[in-house]
Amino acid sequence: MESAIENIVARYTGQQGSLLPILNDVQAAAGWVSEESIRFIAKALNLTRAEVHGVVSFYHDYKTVPDPRPVVKLCRAEACQARGVEKLVEQAAVTAGARVKIETVYCLGLCSVGPAAMVGDRVYARLDAAKLNAVVAAA
Amino acid sequence: MIVRISDDSLAIACGADAVAAECERLGATVERVSSWGMHWLEPLLEIGGLGYGPVGVSDVETILAGTATSIGPIEHHPFIANQTRLTFARAGKTRALSLDDYAATGGWVGLKNARMLGADATIKAVLDSGLRGRGGAGFPAGIKWRTVADAPLTVTAPLKYVVCNADEGDSGTFADRMVMEGDPFMLIEGIAIAALAVGAAKGYIYIRSEYPHAIAKMTAAVTLATALIAPFDLEIRVGAGAYVCGEETSLLNSLEGKRGEVRAKPPLPAHKGLFGCPTVINNVLTLAAVPYVLAEGAQAYADYGMGRSKGTLPVQIAGNIKHGGLFETAFGVTLGQLVNDIGGGTASGRPVRAVQVGGPLGAYHPVADFHLPMDYEAFTAADGLIGHGGIVVFDDSVDMAKQARFAMTFCAVESCGKCTPCRLGSTRGVEVLDAIAAGQRTTANLALITDLCNTMKFGSLCALGGFTPYPVMSAINRFPEDFVGGVVG
Repeated sequence: MESAIENIVARYTGQQGSLLPILNDVQAAAGWVSEESIRFIAKALNLTRAEVHGVVSFYHDYKTVPDPRPVVKLCRAEACQARGVEKLVEQAAVTAGARVKIETVYCLGLCSVGPAAMVGDRVYARLDAAKLNAVVAAA
Repeated sequence: MIVRISDDSLAIACGADAVAAECERLGATVERVSSWGMHWLEPLLEIGGLGYGPVGVSDVETILAGTATSIGPIEHHPFIANQTRLTFARAGKTRALSLDDYAATGGWVGLKNARMLGADATIKAVLDSGLRGRGGAGFPAGIKWRTVADAPLTVTAPLKYVVCNADEGDSGTFADRMVMEGDPFMLIEGIAIAALAVGAAKGYIYIRSEYPHAIAKMTAAVTLATALIAPFDLEIRVGAGAYVCGEETSLLNSLEGKRGEVRAKPPLPAHKGLFGCPTVINNVLTLAAVPYVLAEGAQAYADYGMGRSKGTLPVQIAGNIKHGGLFETAFGVTLGQLVNDIGGGTASGRPVRAVQVGGPLGAYHPVADFHLPMDYEAFTAADGLIGHGGIVVFDDSVDMAKQARFAMTFCAVESCGKCTPCRLGSTRGVEVLDAIAAGQRTTANLALITDLCNTMKFGSLCALGGFTPYPVMSAINRFPEDFVGGVVG
């Protein structure tokens, strides 16, 4: 674990304002940002732990507890609301159960073909109850 | 046989990859191009100029056999033929990452001209074009550039930056995403012209993390274009899921590796921006419009539009709409034309009740506002805003009290927390709207929410807290019947 973070930090040596790129990579690699990695990054960038913690806690993408569940990002912003996403939420939660995490996001930029969702980098549009269930089940 | 299918993430989300694979399996040569922007027809398949869509895997065989019915020549489709495409001139026609396609369609001419003209004349061209910031504020781009160009360099601010704001978080908007996924070199060219004009050696494109496809395309495009824009150095940075980072000073903090908190202005970013240095920060659409201005001349651009709103606006028609997509047109088209004539009314077939213009911070307009022309000043006069040009249509099943509550909720979730009116006001707003919905002291609470919205509007540091009152108050004032018997405080 330590060496993985070392490698990530080393990747951005000499770059200005490298905290977000580093945290993005840590989050992507580990699935969360641990207290241990916050300490390491703070030391490497000559920041206080409070400063790094402040950044980690500010952004929605950074998780401070590990969660092994696959994530389905479901857009629930206005355009998807207008196309009926709210009617799909309850059933999707049932399908997800304890195995899948359904995360609300505000806008995937697929606003003319919503409701839309994203799993990893895979995007899905024109979701109805059946299609969203299939996406959740396959996540 | 050459079959063209978009690799825009919207087309992919609608199943374009499987359709492309089926075409190849049946022996066709597939070219993945940008999207025409007719989203209801995606996946749209093009063979020899004729369009087929929306195509499912099972349709491919008959299309390739020539026995399927086409929608006719795509170029002549009314949705395309009625547009004025300057920024989206290549949409549907070129492969996003093909330098050959880009150069063959007028690419790099603007940058070449800018290099010949020099910095001063380049800024003058942008000024004369009347191009205004497309991010929402509508500030003249040329004035911003001139300010940065004139800013003196000091020991503590030894260089200048260009930053492209690609944190397109507004619901109902996707034009930035389409530029980045469909015509990335045009954006790079625009940024390079801005850098030349203001004397910046380094630039950043800050892309939101919800756009992995745009990030991949832009990253590849910047690598391919490195030599063409050298010695200017352009870097991609990725956000981390904070809507407020679309606000320019918050974005700059984020780029510096800090919490995306809004900065008080002044100082303006043009004087003291990224790392304390003079910085041009423009939206994707603003910078993407620049190559046209430099290639065709300022007057060619200024000839489009109305009043002080010059040029074209890529309107994004979204939500409950039959024919949703990207419609680039000169300023001046009316809201009603966009929703009814071009968009074809609702997808559900029910009557239109409300249209939110300008993203989550834009006002909800009833059908009575359909005469409004798309023009910065006209929307301001009608207590609304054009914002980034997104239009979200709702049918008559919408509950405007819920939409008002959502606007406050969204503000509470996304507030950076720096200023009190936004941080506290949004949460108090949710509570007051809940009380109104529950029928508690309706008149007094409507007066209270009006007062709260005034405080947020005039007391917030940035547009998040400052503009949340637009959707809230427009819902209350224009759709009073949804707020308990129409009693307005």
